[in-house]
Amino acid sequence: MSSSSQVTESWISSFCGLLGHEYFAEVSEEFIEDDFNLTGLQSQVPMYKEALEMILDVEPEDDEEDEEEEEDEDEDDEILGDDRPVGYRRTSDRRHLRIASDLSVIESSAELLYGLIHQRYITSRPGIQQMAEKYELQHFGTCPRVHCNSCKVLPVGLNDSPGHETVKLFCPSCLDVYTPPNSRFQTVDGAFFGTTFGSLFFMTFGDLDIGGTRPSSAGAADALLAIQAANQEAKSRNNSTPANITSINGVAPHNLAPGLGAGNIYEPRIYGFRVSERARSGPRMKWLRMRPADMTELDETRRYWDEHGGEDGDRPDDDDMNMVDVAEGGKGVQVDRRKKVPSRRRRANGSGNAVGGTGGSPMDTNGVLATAE
Amino acid sequence: MDDFNSETDSDYTSYWRDWFISSRGNEYFCEIDEEYLTDRFNLTGLNTEVQYYQYALDLVTDVFDFDCDDEMREQIEKSARHLYGLVHARYIVTTRGLAKMLEKFKKSDFGKCPRVMCEAQPLLPMGQSDVANTSPVKLYCARCEDLYNPKSSRHAVIDGAYFGTSFHNILFQVYPAMQPPKSQRRYEPRVFGFRMHAAAALSRWQTEQREQMKDRLRTARIETGFEEEDEELEEDEDDESMEIADGFEGAVVPAH
Repeated sequence: MSSSSQVTESWISSFCGLLGHEYFAEVSEEFIEDDFNLTGLQSQVPMYKEALEMILDVEPEDDEEDEEEEEDEDEDDEILGDDRPVGYRRTSDRRHLRIASDLSVIESSAELLYGLIHQRYITSRPGIQQMAEKYELQHFGTCPRVHCNSCKVLPVGLNDSPGHETVKLFCPSCLDVYTPPNSRFQTVDGAFFGTTFGSLFFMTFGDLDIGGTRPSSAGAADALLAIQAANQEAKSRNNSTPANITSINGVAPHNLAPGLGAGNIYEPRIYGFRVSERARSGPRMKWLRMRPADMTELDETRRYWDEHGGEDGDRPDDDDMNMVDVAEGGKGVQVDRRKKVPSRRRRANGSGNAVGGTGGSPMDTNGVLATAE
Repeated sequence: MDDFNSETDSDYTSYWRDWFISSRGNEYFCEIDEEYLTDRFNLTGLNTEVQYYQYALDLVTDVFDFDCDDEMREQIEKSARHLYGLVHARYIVTTRGLAKMLEKFKKSDFGKCPRVMCEAQPLLPMGQSDVANTSPVKLYCARCEDLYNPKSSRHAVIDGAYFGTSFHNILFQVYPAMQPPKSQRRYEPRVFGFRMHAAAALSRWQTEQREQMKDRLRTARIETGFEEEDEELEEDEDDESMEIADGFEGAVVPAH
């Protein structure tokens, strides 16, 4: 371990302090030092060993043992062939002092490596907790959509391999992704956050109220909007979600896309008259922001079996098809356990014990929420 | 600010309006023609809305010569900006106003849609109310038909009534060719490659709503306005998911 990290700022914290790197969490050295967490990254990052040393602020060593490792690494790289960048240097060259151009290659490799480790780190228990703190402090900003009421967003990638897309922002209120408002984030690779993090986050923190702050000011426009929303709601009141439902398809009904549905869909008007769907320039995209008034409509499994009669022999048993949790009453017993258990664990250990089970794997959320489609 | 070349055809050099539209934060406004401003009919009713109406109008039309102290001058200046905004809301739905705003729209002067799937579709400014001082300006995306807050805080303080609730819809009525094709592409929340059940169920429900709308339009023999390549993409995806979970997929997507 380098002692210099105590004196000067560590590479990790200076990287996270750079302009445009505000979304990054500081990956703990402990996480990086566990080789298991780095599985497979060696083949993705040129000058892997040097990059790793740079991230951990370790002074490069030139002993025998080291060289053997490097030779191993070379063999690995040989297989990869074309993937190796031009700046790659043979082991023999490396024995001399690093020259400036070399250093810049290592620097960019280190950034790539850090990003890829970061992608894994933020899905781990301490990582997701760290991101939750950043989320609460609104470090990632808010949704630009008017009807999302400044709901807090999370950085996500649209691809897990680097070099495809820049970082985007995922809004849990409208389940959509947006480009960050500031262009400085357009140099940050989306793969450094990954496709899993955004959804895993809201799965992990299912108790978060993601509705965003409803404007409480009594402006005339707000009042008007409120009346419009109330009217629309009144229309659909007779088939709204039953109040005792606590979870549908693994998500609390009030937390599944709260920014969508009646009252949150833009209605184009000209001089007060609504533009017809049949007009050439009429509305065609309302479906994108729709949400059923009665959320149990989304319980597809139950609906299917209800429609096709229950007497079939191959009807799944109640546990398997129950995607709805009710607060009390017969069906809820089995499912309540699934919902309550993770939250109790979270409270038991205030910091860092956010994700599910004892194994510490973020995938272990008691199997409720992610289902293969 | 030194550029006094007016966008209009009028022979006047409009100092105040040039200053106004070129000052920081007023990028969404276009320049109102001299003729439009001087026609009293176009200003009907505004004298009750604006304090120091006559002075403000004089200032906007560059005929202001009233000796007053700084405080008064500031008041009149404020009224002039308000007056300009209110006239602006009326002007941009006229033929000339629409044409000017269309040019600004083509240059993406109002910004681009932040939604990733809209692929930087230019936006249009709009208000959620036609009454002044009710809500600030919002931006309308014609591709996803939704409203967004302006990125910059200096735009977020502009009154939405200076653009109005109808302008952006009228623009696409008048220039239907400017309407972008609607996209069916969307974001699918996934965890380790698996779609999130709740979000996917909602998305299937929405797709069902969309197909119902398309059917309604087809029965009425009206173009749906969706991108064609998307439909192929969609079908491919449907086939794929059918193979994996055919029974349940069939349960929610009715035959069409």
